[in-house]
Amino acid sequence: MPETHVHGESALLTVSHLKVAYPIRSSVLLRRIGDNVAVSDVDFEIRPGETVGLVGESGSGKSTIARAVIGLVPPSGGRISFEGADITNLSPRRMKDVRRNMQMVFQDPYASLNPRLTVRDIIAEGWRVHRGIVSPKDWTREVKELMDRVGLNPDYSDRYPHQFSGGQRQRIGIARALALRPRLIICDEAVSALDVSVQAQVLNLLEDLQADLGLSYLFISHDLSVIEHICDRVLVLNKGVVVEEGTALELFENPQDEYTRALLAAVPVARPWLVEETP
Amino acid sequence: MMSTPHRRNDAAAETDDVLLSVQDLQVEFATSAGVVRALDGVSFDVRAGETLAILGESGSGKSVTAQAIMALLPKPAGSIVGGQVRYRGTDLVAEPVSRVRELCATEIAMIFQDPLSSLNPVFRIGYQVAEPFRRRLGMGKREAWARALELLKRVGIPDAETRIRDYPHQFSGGQRQRIMIAMAIALEPRLLIGDEPTTALDVTVQKQVMDLLADLQAETGMGMILISHDLGVVADVAQRAAIMYAGRIVETGSIRGIYDTPAHPYSQGLLSSIPSNTAIGERLTPIVGSPPNLLALPTGCSFHPRCPFATEVCRTTVPVLRQPDGWEPGHVAACHRSEEVLTHA
Repeated sequence: MPETHVHGESALLTVSHLKVAYPIRSSVLLRRIGDNVAVSDVDFEIRPGETVGLVGESGSGKSTIARAVIGLVPPSGGRISFEGADITNLSPRRMKDVRRNMQMVFQDPYASLNPRLTVRDIIAEGWRVHRGIVSPKDWTREVKELMDRVGLNPDYSDRYPHQFSGGQRQRIGIARALALRPRLIICDEAVSALDVSVQAQVLNLLEDLQADLGLSYLFISHDLSVIEHICDRVLVLNKGVVVEEGTALELFENPQDEYTRALLAAVPVARPWLVEETP
Repeated sequence: MMSTPHRRNDAAAETDDVLLSVQDLQVEFATSAGVVRALDGVSFDVRAGETLAILGESGSGKSVTAQAIMALLPKPAGSIVGGQVRYRGTDLVAEPVSRVRELCATEIAMIFQDPLSSLNPVFRIGYQVAEPFRRRLGMGKREAWARALELLKRVGIPDAETRIRDYPHQFSGGQRQRIMIAMAIALEPRLLIGDEPTTALDVTVQKQVMDLLADLQAETGMGMILISHDLGVVADVAQRAAIMYAGRIVETGSIRGIYDTPAHPYSQGLLSSIPSNTAIGERLTPIVGSPPNLLALPTGCSFHPRCPFATEVCRTTVPVLRQPDGWEPGHVAACHRSEEVLTHA
């Protein structure tokens, strides 16, 4: 299902005025005695083939936004629509159908793969849940194609996750997300746990997949250099509020907000002497 | 003035300001799958007032180096099987562990990556920071508490007079790391080892903690070893760096020397993998393949399967650290083909 990136095309995902609050409950009767507002009034949209980045410090609400979009936490206000349909308060059963087109890659490649399943079963699990995408007799062949696609040796499909390195496990996670042929992949700190040399391999893979399959990414990271590299547009979050939004180029070349500037100034520079010499 | 293999057993070269001199250190771990050589011939010096960065990816042996110095290797699996760790003339490897512990308590201090698991959750911060004063200097409770308060102010805990009575969970990650630093510098160590001290912290907090370490060093003149996987974090603070791969130091020299003219293809690969060194939209140039399994190291240079410069000699002969013509003194790399690597860059 290749799609070309056309500007002005209608948005794949639209988030408007999103608010998420976690309840604070009393210790005895667990009555709701207050709210801890994690995200307030966040607006953004993702077009087909586009990568939108969420960046901010821990506690800024970036993961909460991802979890609200994919339906893991209920929003307290606002509207989320995907492929033109409102998915804000769908029932779990209806949400399941939406998730076929919206997959997630998690941060920790050690914790996010079931250690008792082989790679084949991990990748095929989505087809077991969402019937009718791939018929069971084709599962093995399709798994091998996917493994080849993400740069894993297809002969290893009967191995278990512990037999793979961190970077390879993250590739398994990406293959699992691709299995359902989604249109949007949410990458929540997907490369943060990887060594730099391997991180670069996975970032290149994500870009290749996007070019070939027309995927959109919601890319979450605390690492500004990764965000700058992979994202088309970036939202900077501070304490649950978007303080600045723009294309990656605008934002990193000419930050307007005080907080964005502070964040950028703190990013370690590999060769600080070059910066000092060219003010 | 660098540590090279030639300097081994050369007592005269160990001038007074060399705090710690690690010479040809070999560490092995016994695992169910066989014996793993985690460190193989690691040598470096640290002087007073100087910061050495030890850089490498996971499994390269950088943390094992710190553990070996501090006699913290997990027992009984890990053991030092060769080499020396000379601290101001004393070989720590030959000393009994109890003596090393005593030295480490007062003269060599260490800070770890995860400050929450290094602090005891059931004691007040003040009690924990005051502990070295009570245990090592025999101070009374009241006096030790006062010294702890001073330290907390020194490392920049706001409102220290009231916060000193709080428990670890009441502090943020950056504040906890400041508390760990306060405990580490309590007895004014001559050498501070930081094992990924800022990896768990946000960028803005990371910068504050690195600045704090640099300030403390300028004030006390202590030597520092900073262990990190992030080449950017240490670039501002360290003067020298050692790049580790599969248990060996593959390149060492001044930070600028290594970063501007990397002479080992692995250092070069690490530097070009950093996204910020690449223009937006440009493809990253990662190192192909993945780090080797220490149980089955490739023959010859252990980097050769991932190396774009590898030739036949790399597959058969282990390269030694050497300094070819034209490099700044002390910049050495363990590569047969450094000249080609340099002209390519």
